[in-house]
Amino acid sequence: MGEGGPGRARLLVVDDNKVNRLLLTRTLEQQGHGVASAENGRVALEMLRREAFDLLLLDMEMPEMDGFQVLEQLKNDLQLRDVPVIVTSSLEGIDSVVRCIELGAEDYLPKPVNPVLLKARIGASLEKKRLRDQQKVLLRRFAAPEVAQDLQQSGFALGGKRVHASVLFSDIRDFTPLAESQPPEETIELLNTYYTLMFDAISGHGGMVTLMIGDGLMAVFGAPLPLPDHGESAVRAALEMIEMVDLFNLERAAAGKPQIRIGIGIASGDMVAGYAGTNQRATYTCIGDTVNLAARIEAHTKVAQAAILIDAATRAGLPERVRVEPLGPVAFKGKTVPVDVFSVGVGQKL
Amino acid sequence: MTQPTIDRATYDELKETAGAEFVVELVDTFLTEAPTMLDQLRRALAAGDADTFRRAAHSLKSNSNTFGALALGAMARELELNGLDPVVKASGAPLAALASEYSRVAAALTEIRNG
Repeated sequence: MGEGGPGRARLLVVDDNKVNRLLLTRTLEQQGHGVASAENGRVALEMLRREAFDLLLLDMEMPEMDGFQVLEQLKNDLQLRDVPVIVTSSLEGIDSVVRCIELGAEDYLPKPVNPVLLKARIGASLEKKRLRDQQKVLLRRFAAPEVAQDLQQSGFALGGKRVHASVLFSDIRDFTPLAESQPPEETIELLNTYYTLMFDAISGHGGMVTLMIGDGLMAVFGAPLPLPDHGESAVRAALEMIEMVDLFNLERAAAGKPQIRIGIGIASGDMVAGYAGTNQRATYTCIGDTVNLAARIEAHTKVAQAAILIDAATRAGLPERVRVEPLGPVAFKGKTVPVDVFSVGVGQKL
Repeated sequence: MTQPTIDRATYDELKETAGAEFVVELVDTFLTEAPTMLDQLRRALAAGDADTFRRAAHSLKSNSNTFGALALGAMARELELNGLDPVVKASGAPLAALASEYSRVAAALTEIRNG
């Protein structure tokens, strides 16, 4: 909402007819709003892209670009699609009114516009916009940006789609004794710093964190948006995560705090990505054998005493120059056939 | 048509909600703009430009109703809905009728504005 406290908003009136424009502007100003006006759709879109408005009052019959075209453009514009539109027109025929609503107009007010009705409709629209803005802020805080964008574009639906991607699991070695040796406040602070560093490394390479449990996290590369070199991106992210932890340890050593070590496991292949849970509470996640394998490989880092372990499919997607050491086949719980595992040399620059 | 040229109830309500001074400004704007709309109607008729014709009729309808010029508004609405054909068939008679109704509206609005 614009400045000047609740109730006062910045509105844009779009009408080719001067009498209508003046009268509507006057009415809205009397109701305490800040008002700008445009004489056709093209000018209105230019203004909307230049400055922020809380609400649009749109006439339909206009030369150059009419109201229907404006509604269509707004609908397809990620930045502007949430600006509420109230159509004010003396359209003939219910069909045109229906078309406005279908194109995303919030409401329709026939001309001449009744000021009392106008005030009520604007109040309701602004309140709805305020709630939507709040939801967007919450969504950004609790969901990854990719998921937030996916939700805003396609809406929410339980269920998933098959994708080809890479999954990365990581956790902090011997975290429980560490957590037990210090006050919980210090553990929260450690986790927050740790997660900030890991998130940066992961999202910096196109990955998305889908799960955080205690000291462990899961990230996917290649969903919800496809990523061409998802395996290589995941390995790059893993190398950066190790590098970040080394730097973090220097800081901790200087402060006299114990060092932390992490293990990372990566597997690539087909999986199903989507929303799992209930309609009330769901998370974006990936499910499938590849995901289970990545988790098993991560657990194996403790046994193999290696920082980063990957499967054969991830190995196959890496350029020749990447230093990896084959550890041979490993029999994992839940897998009938032993799986080839490779250790990625840390400290190398890809 | 037995409607008054200007429906005083509509006009007075406009005056009350928008303010007396502002209505004078609004009437002046209409009296400046309306001849342009009539001109657009004539030119669109001559050029067979249905879109411009419909838009100009729509604009005139909308403004007429704002000031309570209900007869003028109804005539403009007929033009908006039925388009060019009936006007062509009647050799432009509906446009002439519209123009003479507008003259009455202009005179009435000028009188009210000054009174």
